Amino acid sequence: MNSKKWRLNMPDKNYEPKIVAFFCNWCTYTASDLAGVSRLKYAPNVKVIRIMCSGRVDPQFILQAFASGADGVLIGGCHPGDCHYSEGNYKMLRRFRLLKRMLHSLGIDDERFRLEWISASEGEKVKTVINDMVEKLKVLGPLSIPKQINILDEELKEISEEHSEPLTAREELSHV
Amino acid sequence: MSDKPKLAFYWCASCGGCEESVVDLAEDILMVAGAVDIIFWPVAMDFKKNDVEAMEDGSIFAAMINGAIRTSEQEEMARLIRRKSKVVIAYGSCAHMGGIPSLANEFTRSQIMEYMYQEAPSVVNPEKTRPMLSFKHNSQNVTLPEIRNLVRTLDQVIDVDYYLPGCPPTPKLLKQAVLTLLSGEFPPKGTVLSPDEALCEECPRKESKPSDLSFTHFYRPHEILIDKTKCLLSQGVVCMGPSTRAGCEALCISGNMPCSGCFGPTSRVRDQGAKMLSSLCSNISENDETGIDKILDGIPDPVGTFYRYGLATSLLRKKITEDV
Amino acid sequence: MFNSNGNGTPKIGFYVCHCGHNIASMVDVEEVQKFASTLPGVVVSRDYKYMCSDPGQELIQKDIKELGLNRIVVASCSPLLHEHTFRVAAEKAGLNPYYFHMVNIRESVSWVHTDKLSATQKAKALTRAAIQRVFFHKPLEKKSVPVNPDVLIVGGGISGITAALTIANAGKHVYLVEREPTIGGHMAMFDKTFPTLDCAACILTPKMSAVKSHPNITLWTYSEVEKVEGFVGNYKVNIKRKPRYVIEELCVGCMECIDACIYKEAKYPDEFNQKLSKRKPIYIPFPQATPQVVLFDPETCIDFKSHRCKKTCIESCDRKAIDLKQVPEYKEINVGTVILTTGFKTYDAELSPQYGYGKYPNVYTSLEVERLVNASGPTAGEVVTKDGKKPKSVGIIHCVGSRDQKAHKWCSKVCCMYSLKLAHLIKEHTGAQVYNFYIDMRTPGKGYEEFYDKLMTEGVHFVRGRVSEVTDWALVPEEENKLTIRVEDTLIGVVRRVPVDMVVLAVGLEPRVDAGDIRRMFNISCSNEGWFLERHPKLAPVSTFTDGIFIAGACQGPKDIPDSVAQAGAAAAEVLSLISAGSIELEPNTASINEKFCSGCKSCIPICPYSAISFNDGTQKAVINEALCKGCGTCVAACPSGSIIQNLFEDDQIFSEIDGLLKFADIELEEMEAEHA
Ligand SMILES: Cc1cc2nc3c(=O)[nH]c(=O)nc-3n(C[C@H](O)[C@H](O)[C@H](O)COP(=O)(O)OP(=O)(O)OC[C@H]3O[C@@H](n4cnc5c(N)ncnc54)[C@H](O)[C@@H]3O)c2cc1C
Ligand code: SF4
Ligand code: SF4
Ligand code: SF4
Ligand code: SF4
Ligand code: FES
Repeated sequence: MNSKKWRLNMPDKNYEPKIVAFFCNWCTYTASDLAGVSRLKYAPNVKVIRIMCSGRVDPQFILQAFASGADGVLIGGCHPGDCHYSEGNYKMLRRFRLLKRMLHSLGIDDERFRLEWISASEGEKVKTVINDMVEKLKVLGPLSIPKQINILDEELKEISEEHSEPLTAREELSHV
Repeated sequence: MSDKPKLAFYWCASCGGCEESVVDLAEDILMVAGAVDIIFWPVAMDFKKNDVEAMEDGSIFAAMINGAIRTSEQEEMARLIRRKSKVVIAYGSCAHMGGIPSLANEFTRSQIMEYMYQEAPSVVNPEKTRPMLSFKHNSQNVTLPEIRNLVRTLDQVIDVDYYLPGCPPTPKLLKQAVLTLLSGEFPPKGTVLSPDEALCEECPRKESKPSDLSFTHFYRPHEILIDKTKCLLSQGVVCMGPSTRAGCEALCISGNMPCSGCFGPTSRVRDQGAKMLSSLCSNISENDETGIDKILDGIPDPVGTFYRYGLATSLLRKKITEDV
Repeated sequence: MFNSNGNGTPKIGFYVCHCGHNIASMVDVEEVQKFASTLPGVVVSRDYKYMCSDPGQELIQKDIKELGLNRIVVASCSPLLHEHTFRVAAEKAGLNPYYFHMVNIRESVSWVHTDKLSATQKAKALTRAAIQRVFFHKPLEKKSVPVNPDVLIVGGGISGITAALTIANAGKHVYLVEREPTIGGHMAMFDKTFPTLDCAACILTPKMSAVKSHPNITLWTYSEVEKVEGFVGNYKVNIKRKPRYVIEELCVGCMECIDACIYKEAKYPDEFNQKLSKRKPIYIPFPQATPQVVLFDPETCIDFKSHRCKKTCIESCDRKAIDLKQVPEYKEINVGTVILTTGFKTYDAELSPQYGYGKYPNVYTSLEVERLVNASGPTAGEVVTKDGKKPKSVGIIHCVGSRDQKAHKWCSKVCCMYSLKLAHLIKEHTGAQVYNFYIDMRTPGKGYEEFYDKLMTEGVHFVRGRVSEVTDWALVPEEENKLTIRVEDTLIGVVRRVPVDMVVLAVGLEPRVDAGDIRRMFNISCSNEGWFLERHPKLAPVSTFTDGIFIAGACQGPKDIPDSVAQAGAAAAEVLSLISAGSIELEPNTASINEKFCSGCKSCIPICPYSAISFNDGTQKAVINEALCKGCGTCVAACPSGSIIQNLFEDDQIFSEIDGLLKFADIELEEMEAEHA
C-alpha cells in the first residue's frame, strides 16, 4: 500500500462525467421539457430526478449521489421569489451554501456541486448550464468515490478471514 | 470454568472512556459479573491473545468491541473475536461510527505521519525517522502493526450484530443490553440498542423550545453565556440533539453543553451530519447569499461539527484526495 | 431490496415507447427493452409504437390481468404529459395507480441528444432508476377537494368582461376586479375595430353595463388583489378597494360635482385620453365608464393638499355621495378558480428615439390616434395636429418596438391590422395622403387580407421597408415645416424621404409592468418575454401550471379582440367544468409525520410555507394537517431525525433512483473499459 495512486489513469478524452440532477417539477423540470420540445441539443451526461420542489432536496441525496459515483450534482429550482411553494428554493439555497463549504473541506471541488435557478421558460438555460457543467467536469476528471474506497479497502484483504496469525513482516517500508 | 455465558471486551482505537463506562456500572457490575464469565478484557484482566485463539469458534456468547479500526492489529483482533463470538456488539461511538478518531479521515495517512513525526511543534526529529513495520534488532525481527489508510467503523471490517451507541455508552444502556441478550430475546440484527427517536424527546429543555425557530446567528458554546433553562438551539448554539438518537438522557445538556451527536443518527437517517445541516440551514433567517453566508460563519468547521463522531460512517467517509 | 409494501413481491411490467420515430430514431428501444428484461423484478418488458394509444394502454392492462403485474414502468415522454394517462390505464386494470412510474426518454433524451449510443445508455440508466424506484411504491388514496363555485376574474378588459358574463350567465358568482376606475380595458379607447370597422363603443358598452347590472357579478373597480392563499378549489383572496372619495352606491354619475368643482377649467392631463386633453381633480374617465361613478384624484384636489377648498363639489351633490374621508376598503373572498385577464401595455415609443416621439410634437402613438379619431375623444373625433390643423399627409410606421432586436423580438400581431384601420379612419376623417411603412404586411385572419385589399383600393400608400429615421431637418423646400420619414423602399430599392404632417407609431404590445408581481401572487409562470405562461401552447392554452388559475386575452401574448374573446370563452369553460365537477382530485403527494418517531424537535414547524405543521402539546409531537400540505417536501428534507415522509417522493424512492442511475453508470464504465482492452 505504498502511496498507491487511486486514480489509475488520468481522464482520457473518452471520459464522460456522470451528473445527477434534481429538478423541481414546476420550473426546471418544465424548462427541461421545453428544451426537449424546442429540440435543443445538449450533452447526455446529466440524468434528472424529478422532485416537486428544490426544497425537497435532502443533503443526503447529494452525498449519496457522490458516494455512489456521481462526478457532479446539479440542482435546478425556480428563481428566488418564484418557487411554486413560495420558499422552498430559499431553504435549498441555505443548505447549498453550507453544504458547499462542507464539501469543499471534504475535497469535493466547487464545480461539482451546482445550484441553478431555471424558470419554466428557460429551456435554453437548461442546455447552457448542462453543457457548461459537463465541460468543467471534463477538465476536473473523474471523482469516482466508490472506486477510491474500493482501492483503499484492498488493504482489508491483507488479513484473510480464516487465519489470524500475526502479520508476516513485510520488507517494504510503510507509513511514509 | 463455569457454564455461564462468556463475555469478552476488547478495545481498538479509542480513548479508554468506554472501558471506564463498564466500570461505571458500579454495583451493577457485580450483577453482570455474577451472570456471566468475563473471559477476555485486556484492560482489566490478564488474558492473552493465545487464550482467545485457543477457544472454540463461537464459544464466546457476546463480545463488546470498542474503538475504531485504524491498524492492522485491530483488524486482526476484531476478526479473531468475531470468529470466536456468537454476538458482536460495537460498543461506543468509535466502534459504531468511527468516533473522534475518524476525524483523521480528513487527512491522508502520509499527512498524518508527516505532522506527527515531523511538523508538530513538539517534535524534534532531524533524521525524519518514521515508525517501520519491521525492524531487525540484534537479529531479532521487531514488528509494528500497520496504520491503515482509513479509520474504519467496526462494521466496515467485520460483521456486527448490535450497536451500543455513545461516547461512551451509559451504564444504564449497557446493563439493559446485557440483560436483553441474557434474556435470549434478540432484537433484529443491526439494531442500535437505544431508542429510535431523537434526543429532544428526552431533553429536559424541550418545553422551552420555540415553534418558530429562526437562526440569525450561530454560536459555539464558548462564545456566549448559555441560559441553563432554555433549549440550546433557541439560543443559537448548535445542538445536535434533533438529529441524534436518544438514550443518553441528555447528559451534555444537563451539563449545559450542546449535544455533539455521539449517539449517531436514528435508523431512518443515512447521514447524521447531512440531516442536521439540512435542518439547521432550513431555518436560517436570511434569503440572500451574503446574508446566509454571514450567519453560516458561525459554523466555521462544519465537518467537525456535524461529523464529530461519525466521519467514518458518513456517506463520504473521508476527505477526497487526489491520491492516497 | 425486495420491498412488498403490501402488494406481494414486485412484479414489474416495463414498456418502452417508440413514439413513432420521435424516440425510436435516437434511442435503441429494443435494446432498452432487452436491458429492462434482465433487471430484478421485471416480469415482462415490451416495446411498442405508441404506448399512449388505446392499444398501447390495453397492452399494459392485459399484462396486469394476465401476468398479475403489480408495478408498471413506462419509458416514453414527459410525465407532465402522460403520467395521468398511464395511471388511469393501470387503475382501470385494477391496480392502484400509484404503483406506476414514468421514465422520460423523449423530452429528456431523444429530442435533446444527437448520439444514439449515449442516448440509449442514458435511457437505460433512467429505466433502471425507475425500475428500482417502483419497488418502494405504495398504494395511495387520491385526495379530492371540493371546488368553491365562486370565481375571481382579474382585469376588466374585453377578455375579463367576456369571461365574467359567460360564467355569470351560467349561474355562478363572479368577482371581477379591475384596477382602473372603469372596466373596458384598451378596447374602450378605440373608435372602430378591425376588420369589420364596427364601432367599439357600440359593441362594448352593452357588455360593460351587463357586467355592472348582472346579479351574479360583483364588480370591484379601482381595486387590486393584494394576497392570494390556498389551492385549487379553495383560494382565499384579499382585495384592496382604493378610495374614490365618492360613495359608489350613492353616486349616479350625473357629474354635477364635476361642473361644480372650484376649477372652472380642466387642468390636469387626462390619462384615458393619453394626456391629449385635460380633466379636473374630480372626473369620470369617459362618458360610458362603468361603473358610472366619478372619482377624486387626491394628487390634484386642493382639499387634499391644503384642506382649504370651498368644496363646492360636496355642496352640489344632493345625494351626499362625496366622502373625502373615505379610506381603502379591504375585502376577503373565497373562490375556487381564478381567471387572469390583465391584458397588455403598449411599447414606450421614447425607447426608439429614431422615430422622434417625445421630440417632435406631431409624432403620435397609435393609441393616441385611437383617441383622436374617437368621437368622444379629446378632439371630438377631429384628427388634427398639435397646432390644430388637419394634416394633409400622414405616415404610419409599423413595428415600433416589435420585430426589433433592440426592443422586442416578437411580432405584436395586431399592429398591421390596426395600422390599416387607422389609415382608413384618418383618410376618412381628413382626406389626407396616408403612407404605411411596413416590413411585412401580416394579415392572417378571417376577413383581414380582404381588409388590406380594400385599403389598397382606397388610395392608401404602402412603402415596404423599415423606417430609419423621422426628422424635421428639411433638405428640400417640400420638407420645410414637415416631418420627413427616411426609409429604404425595399420594393424598388431606393432610399426615400417622405415629408408628412403627422407621424403615427404603431407601437407593439408588451407585458404589463406588474405582470411579474401578479404572476408571483398567483403562483404561475411567465415566458422569458414576461407574458403569462400557458400550460401547453397548443393543448392547454388557457391553463397554467397552477391548478385552478387560468389566463385569457393579451396577458398571455399579443392578441386581437376576436382571439381574446375566444380565449376568454375557453377559460370560462375550463372554470365551469371544474365547478360542475364539484370537486377536484389532487396529487396525493402530501407529507406526514410518523408520530412514533418524531422527537418533537420543532425544526419542521417554521419551515412550512402553508403553516400546515403544528405542535401537539398533548403528544409533544409535530403533526401535519394534510388538507393544508401542498406537498413541496421541504419539511421532509429538513427533519433531522427522518420522521417525515412524502408520498410519491419518499426517501427510499429517491435513494433507489440515485442508485439506479449510478449503478448503471458503473456498468457502462466497465463495458467501455472492457471494450478498450
Ligand atoms: C392601438 C391599438 C389598436 C387596436 N385595435 C384593435 C382592433 O381594432 N381590433 C382588434 O381586434 N384588436 C385591436 N387591438 C388589440 C386589443 O386592444 C386587444 O386584443 C384587447 O384589448 C385585449 O383585451 P384584454 O382584455 O386581454 O386586455 P386589456 O384590454 O389590456 O384589458 C386588461 C384590463 O385589465 C386591467 N388590469 C391590468 N392589470 C390589472 C391588475 N393587476 N388588477 C386589476 N386589473 C388589472 C386593465 O386595467 C384593463 O382594464 C388594438 C390594440 C392597440 C394597441
Ligand atoms: S435542540 Fe438540544 S437543547 Fe434543544 S430540545 Fe433538542 S436536545 Fe434539548
Ligand atoms: S447529549 Fe449528545 S453528545 Fe452528549 S452524550 Fe448525549 S448523545 Fe452524546
Ligand atoms: S422535524 Fe422531525 S422530529 Fe422534529 S418535530 Fe418535525 S417531524 Fe418531529
Ligand atoms: S411538504 Fe411539509 S413543508 Fe411542504 S407543504 Fe407539506 S407540510 Fe408544508
Ligand atoms: S417549486 Fe421550483 S423551487 Fe420550489
